[in-house]
Amino acid sequence: MRPTGEVILDLRNISLAFGGVKALTDISFDVREHEIRAIIGPNGAGKSSMLNVINGVYRPQQGEIVFRGEHRRNMNTYQAAKSGIARTFQNIALFRGMTVLDNIMTGRNLKMHCNLLQQALYWGAAQREELEHRRIVEEVIDFLEIQYIRKTPVGRLPYGLQKRVELGRALAAEPSILLLDEPMAGMNTEEKQDMCRFILDVNDEFGTTIVLIEHDMGVVMDISDRVVVLDYGRKIGDGAPADIRNSQDVIDAYLGVAH
Amino acid sequence: MSEYAPHDTFPNLLLHHARVRPRHPAVREKDLGIWQTWTWSEVAEEIAALAGGLAKLGFKRGDNLAIVGDNRPRLYWSMCAAQILGGVPVPMYQDAVTQELIFVLQDAEIKFAVVEDQEQVDKLIEARASCPLLSQILYDDPRGLRHYDEPFLHSIDEVQEAGRGHLREHPDFIAQEIAAGKGSDIAIMLYTSGTTGKPKGVCMTHAALLAAARGSCGFDRLDADEEVLSYLPMAWVGDNLFSYAQAMVAGFTVNCPESGDTVMTDLREIGPTFYFAPPRIFENLLTQVMIRMEDASALKRRVFSYFMEVARRCGAEILDGKPVRLADRLLYALGNFLIYGPLRNVLGMSRVRIAYTAGAAIGPDLFRFYRSIGINLKQLYGSTETCAYVCLQKDREIRLDTVGAPAPGVEVKIAANGEVLVKSAAMFEGYYKRPDATAETIDQDGYFHTGDAGYFDPDGQLKIIDRAKDVGQLANGALYAPNYIENKLKFFQYIREAVAFGNGRDQVCAFVNIDMGAVGNWAERRNIPYSGYTDLAQKPEVYELVRECIEQANAELAQDPMLADSQVRRFLILHKELDPDDDELTRTRKVRRGFVADKYRVLIDALYSERRSQFIETQVKFEDGRSGVVSAELAICDARSFAPQAAKQAA
Repeated sequence: MRPTGEVILDLRNISLAFGGVKALTDISFDVREHEIRAIIGPNGAGKSSMLNVINGVYRPQQGEIVFRGEHRRNMNTYQAAKSGIARTFQNIALFRGMTVLDNIMTGRNLKMHCNLLQQALYWGAAQREELEHRRIVEEVIDFLEIQYIRKTPVGRLPYGLQKRVELGRALAAEPSILLLDEPMAGMNTEEKQDMCRFILDVNDEFGTTIVLIEHDMGVVMDISDRVVVLDYGRKIGDGAPADIRNSQDVIDAYLGVAH
Repeated sequence: MSEYAPHDTFPNLLLHHARVRPRHPAVREKDLGIWQTWTWSEVAEEIAALAGGLAKLGFKRGDNLAIVGDNRPRLYWSMCAAQILGGVPVPMYQDAVTQELIFVLQDAEIKFAVVEDQEQVDKLIEARASCPLLSQILYDDPRGLRHYDEPFLHSIDEVQEAGRGHLREHPDFIAQEIAAGKGSDIAIMLYTSGTTGKPKGVCMTHAALLAAARGSCGFDRLDADEEVLSYLPMAWVGDNLFSYAQAMVAGFTVNCPESGDTVMTDLREIGPTFYFAPPRIFENLLTQVMIRMEDASALKRRVFSYFMEVARRCGAEILDGKPVRLADRLLYALGNFLIYGPLRNVLGMSRVRIAYTAGAAIGPDLFRFYRSIGINLKQLYGSTETCAYVCLQKDREIRLDTVGAPAPGVEVKIAANGEVLVKSAAMFEGYYKRPDATAETIDQDGYFHTGDAGYFDPDGQLKIIDRAKDVGQLANGALYAPNYIENKLKFFQYIREAVAFGNGRDQVCAFVNIDMGAVGNWAERRNIPYSGYTDLAQKPEVYELVRECIEQANAELAQDPMLADSQVRRFLILHKELDPDDDELTRTRKVRRGFVADKYRVLIDALYSERRSQFIETQVKFEDGRSGVVSAELAICDARSFAPQAAKQAA
């Protein structure tokens, strides 16, 4: 196991309900610096809701989030993005008519300081800033090996590559925590292997902490340091992949249990 | 370094360019989306630092330096750095698997390797178990290598930094090392691909490579303003000549693409003036254009096909400076504005002054297409052993079926058995540690036996027809070259595979495999129903179609006095496709002539009898491993032949 650092994100007793539907019930777990943390569970277990709580899309009714020592009732999206939490989505959320380059450039949005007028004139500070952003975006493109589609509109790319572009946009924000919602859903084996390699490389090269939701157990067991298991909005397991694999609760949740 | 040092080695030439054109771009590489440029003086500094660093690590005169990776500037620089130190660079194919690398690493007794990235580092670390000599590995791209703590791994940056320190302490080091080198030293070692037996290291001296590079630069008047794109494997002799030796002689700019996938885009951005590609690449480019034209609007398609017809009629002639009617000239000029110019631009060939192809026979339509839209595509002939420098086609003397006249300084003669023999200054020194193999290919008079069969046409242009071992004679003593005939047939889109027979016989006959896709499509458009390959192949209409192709080939063969007797008199269309699974083809899709002849003996006998048809039953293996039987009554058809004539045919 790779060395991981301090706890940087601690979720304490989170409960989230939509009317009478309890999406999450009293869930606590933590994320350490530099680790790959997987969230698994059957459909409807509350995995995506959990990610949405982390980056502030949902406000939990109960519980507390401790992010880098700061206690919060809930996150909000702007704050989350500002403090270095980036994410990708289960259903690709890219600008289909824009090129790969432009899409990834949007990941730099929060770091652009020039105003609209300056950017329209593209002079002085705006130009310098754009050059710097472009350099970082190009590094991401280089990293993900998508140079050959740099100028291709995203809508024309196959699914696996669109997923990669989405990862690129998240990376362009230079996040300290990356939330990946089913990064490998719908991919073939080769695309999955590529994506695994990129996730590990991101974690390794940039030291990014990664929280991912994934259904492919092989992938989860291979790349994650620790795994949280949710079922019907409750936490039923938390630990190293090997422990999770042998946990009776988890096996029951996945395979069903004779009553 | 003395001002008057002879430019007899690559390091000397490097210093020469750094002095004469210090600010001229020597190398560009697209990195982070931007073309980064190094001038000749910067390149000289980088190479010196690398040489210093290598020396500090213990690289010595006579050592071999393995180089594995794509076309990256720093890999080219390590070639020169090794040459400065009196070592020999050994570029290897970057896609080679570990086992193949191990053979070369052991054979060449490699102690030092410079590689591109993690992928290659992993392979070499794996290879190290069987190559104990391998003691230092340098890498270009550090990505993914952060946690490798092997003490023998160094980044090129780090080595160069150490080298710069070393050079500060010993300012004369580089000059002394270069002065110790001679033109007769081995400059590079390239391993032949080894389709026949184990790969052999072909050793080439500075003098030989420079002779080839100077000869070809002079021949095509290449100067310092040329731009080339280096995208072919570094381990291949052609890349060595085009991207290294010629650049070192002429001082022109070598451009390294961003990645293997971006070559087409990079080609367009750079707009090379001198370009080399094997026929396969030209074919792919043309296919892409045609597919995109299919999707264009009706008006565009009509304009395109109209002007392509104009180009076909007079484009090649205009390029060759031949007389052309004024009306055609005007039409061509209009076409150039509307179609050919934009098309060249899309292909990245707007600025191409000279393009070469070699390595395989190029189809007539393909060759004519590029020439007719104004791209000066030419053919050359050479091999690793001859530094890819034997014959070159001269501007305006372009022929489809020859490879040109012997290049300046090259002596070519034809042995009694038709084999092409070559003698020139641009000749390899020998195979590494294989004097036996060297003695087999270079005779006492210093002629290199190419293994290719060919002859000179009346204009003194060399025509390569076949591998020497496949060439035979007809009963009347006329030359018989099966591959040449088969290639001619295979250029027709309807014919996928052909097998010619005729050695020792009175006439040539052939088996044909139709191209299921092309002929199937053709049949559908004519409402000819068929159930499968065997059925389609025996349709009288299909026989008629193939007969027309063969007769057209015969007409072309008749124009060549040497091969007029090789016209195909009788043929049949096989009832099944020749297949590697049935051992009829090799895995690289070459016909196993002897095997096919044995297997289908009854068909051959029928071809050489008066019969009009023959029954055959053949065992076949299906892809799922089951086997079955295909049987058919095969028709045998006569093809018209033509009286020999000595007319010339221009491309």
